[in-house]
Amino acid sequence: MEGRMNYENDLVNLKATELRLGLPGSDEPTEKKMRNNKRSSSEISEESRTSGVTDQAAGVNDEHEESAPPAKAQVVGWPPIRSYRKNCLQAKKNDEVESGSGMYVKVSVDGAPYLRKIDLKVYRSYPQLLKGLENMFKLTIGAYSEREGYNGSDYAPTYEDKDGDWMLVGDVPWE
Amino acid sequence: MESSKLKREKDSQISDELNELRMESSELKKAKDSPISDESYRRSSFPDEVLERVISLLNSHRDRSSVSLVCKDWYNMERWSRTHVFIGNCYSVSPEIVARRFPKIRSVTLKGKPRFSDFNLVPQNWGADVHAWLVVFAAKYPFLEELRLKRMTISDASLEFLASSFPNFKALSLLSCDGFSTNGLAAIATHCKNLTELDIQENDIDDKGGGWLSCFPESFTSLEVLNFANVTSDINFDALERLIGRCKSMRVLKVNRSVSLEQLQRLLANAPQLTELGTGSFSQELTPRQYEDLESVFNNCKNIHTLSGLWEVKGLYLPALYPVSTHLTFLNLSYAVLQSDELAKLLVHCPQLKRLWVLDTVEDKGLEAVGSNCPLLEELRVFPADPFDEEIVYGVTEAGFVAVSYGCPRLHYVLYFCRQMTNAGVATVVRNCPDFTHFRLCIMTPGQPDYLTNEPMDEAFGAVVKTCRKLQRLSVSGYLTDLTFEYIGRYAKNLETLSVAFAGSSDWGMQCVLAGCPKLRKLEIRDCPFGNAALLSGLEKYESMRSLWMSACNVTMNGCRLLAREMPRLNVEVMKEEGSDDDGRADKVYVYRSIAGRRRDAPSSVLTL
Repeated sequence: MEGRMNYENDLVNLKATELRLGLPGSDEPTEKKMRNNKRSSSEISEESRTSGVTDQAAGVNDEHEESAPPAKAQVVGWPPIRSYRKNCLQAKKNDEVESGSGMYVKVSVDGAPYLRKIDLKVYRSYPQLLKGLENMFKLTIGAYSEREGYNGSDYAPTYEDKDGDWMLVGDVPWE
Repeated sequence: MESSKLKREKDSQISDELNELRMESSELKKAKDSPISDESYRRSSFPDEVLERVISLLNSHRDRSSVSLVCKDWYNMERWSRTHVFIGNCYSVSPEIVARRFPKIRSVTLKGKPRFSDFNLVPQNWGADVHAWLVVFAAKYPFLEELRLKRMTISDASLEFLASSFPNFKALSLLSCDGFSTNGLAAIATHCKNLTELDIQENDIDDKGGGWLSCFPESFTSLEVLNFANVTSDINFDALERLIGRCKSMRVLKVNRSVSLEQLQRLLANAPQLTELGTGSFSQELTPRQYEDLESVFNNCKNIHTLSGLWEVKGLYLPALYPVSTHLTFLNLSYAVLQSDELAKLLVHCPQLKRLWVLDTVEDKGLEAVGSNCPLLEELRVFPADPFDEEIVYGVTEAGFVAVSYGCPRLHYVLYFCRQMTNAGVATVVRNCPDFTHFRLCIMTPGQPDYLTNEPMDEAFGAVVKTCRKLQRLSVSGYLTDLTFEYIGRYAKNLETLSVAFAGSSDWGMQCVLAGCPKLRKLEIRDCPFGNAALLSGLEKYESMRSLWMSACNVTMNGCRLLAREMPRLNVEVMKEEGSDDDGRADKVYVYRSIAGRRRDAPSSVLTL
């Protein structure tokens, strides 16, 4: 599971459409606060479950998650589960995510009490993804246009790319 | 299940008779040796024929060992009548020695690698290859019928050799083994004309496809036990259906995930006599008609007492199992992701349950249902569905454990993986269930204290050993000081197996156990602050034990060398990590008694001192 990206919606759409050359992270205070709201209900576990193991394995961790400890190195042979059972559980997880490895990303929304995770592989295009986000968070994002970004809504989907820059969702071809 | 209970009762009756005979025999010896030989003390010797007959009825290998120690005559009578030999550590004895002592063996059980190899703590090429044994058996026991291996390495070539060397071969059981592929299974299927049992469980198999199953010849009808849940690739269903159809004595069938519900229904329609069933995938979309067929076929299977499999189970289809649930004594749901309400609904129909294995997705509420519905429960195993995901907070807790203990007073075997536990919870559990023989508690975060009081979990395990006088096996976890081990040494007088991880404060802890537990046979320790003083305090003890494992402790190479020097009848093996220096820490130490001397097949990473 390489290249996890985070989608971020800002309330103030000016900020969202603003082209900034500043260093990533200048928005951090608000973002961090939201992202650190971890629910303890089983629901979030349900969604993060499928990517949990591979996350740890890849050692990739959300850079903004400062309150959560960095991915702990798994202790070899602990908990004491037979390799056979471990492999079965892993196979089961892969099955659940159809194509063999889900591409789960965290989504946080300004003002929402907790974060969600979505599987990017479930969607085939940006409009589908946006629809999914709209359904999940009960909000409108509006239509994408190259010139104006996401006009007509308070929310704009952004993500952090591998260079650490905040990018608007939709500019780059889906593939 | 029932027949083994009867056997045990019979064995203990015979044991009692033997004890009497033994006492008589030693009286006789004493009488002979005593300076005042009084005629009144002499009794007529027990006729040999009777003695032979009695000894030949013994099944327990421990009883047979005791019998063989009485005197030379008894030793000889025992060795000529033994047909099954159990070897708990394949390196404790050589195949030649076994063959020399026991000329009439027809069934062998062999265990190889240390248990921690199940958790990847033992290097791949460590050993425990069965081939040398097979070669001796082929020469000395050509009529060998049964071979049961646990944690051994067996190659395809060995399986082929096995298949072609023993014309009477009947039963092969492989548990937690490695080194073979489905080609080896094909050889067994092709050549073993008298096979009654093929039991392949939890092995590391190189799965090259399901063609092996089609290798059973059309003329082959003797199979009674077939367990291939472990071998996941698709098999030829027609071949399986025909095989089941012609093996009229089949009583145990455990298929793999590739077998669908509809296919399962077809198999069961032809095998209503089954007593143990492992289903395949339990999640196919069924039409109402198909569902009815499934229900009706389960209705016809009146003899099923053990059920497992249920991969990808859909709660929706569980009711089809209700006709079978009422007679179930063992239900293995450890590969079925069920929520608490789904389990609760099912358990209402399982009043006879004695053994239950589940995933922790059922949570405490599911375990409450266990307590409410299964009063006859004797064994509970709760496995973690996501042992490695640290974001998970669900699972089972002390609440579920306590709930089960209130409803199931006969509980004597527990394996419980949880993320939180309390001393009070455990104390309540053992107060309700004082008959524990096997208590394996795994608090999954290493070194975690009682989550309510923040104290060590010492009092929990103290309660276990003080209350459960019959305790044979104990696995401890959580934050533990030496006090836990003081308790164990002081109270656990029947303890045979102890597993310790991330626990203890000093050498004193391990010393208490070694000094205090007279029946200790297997001690496995990892990541504990026990060092040379502790290791060396058990010098004489280790000869009365099967083995000792210590890894990531404070034992040094010098300590191990000293042990090896003082105790020549022990094999002291150190597994070297790459690049570690010679006089430093001994990272993984495995010590075991042996009459075969040091082994000659150790890889370069294993040093025998």
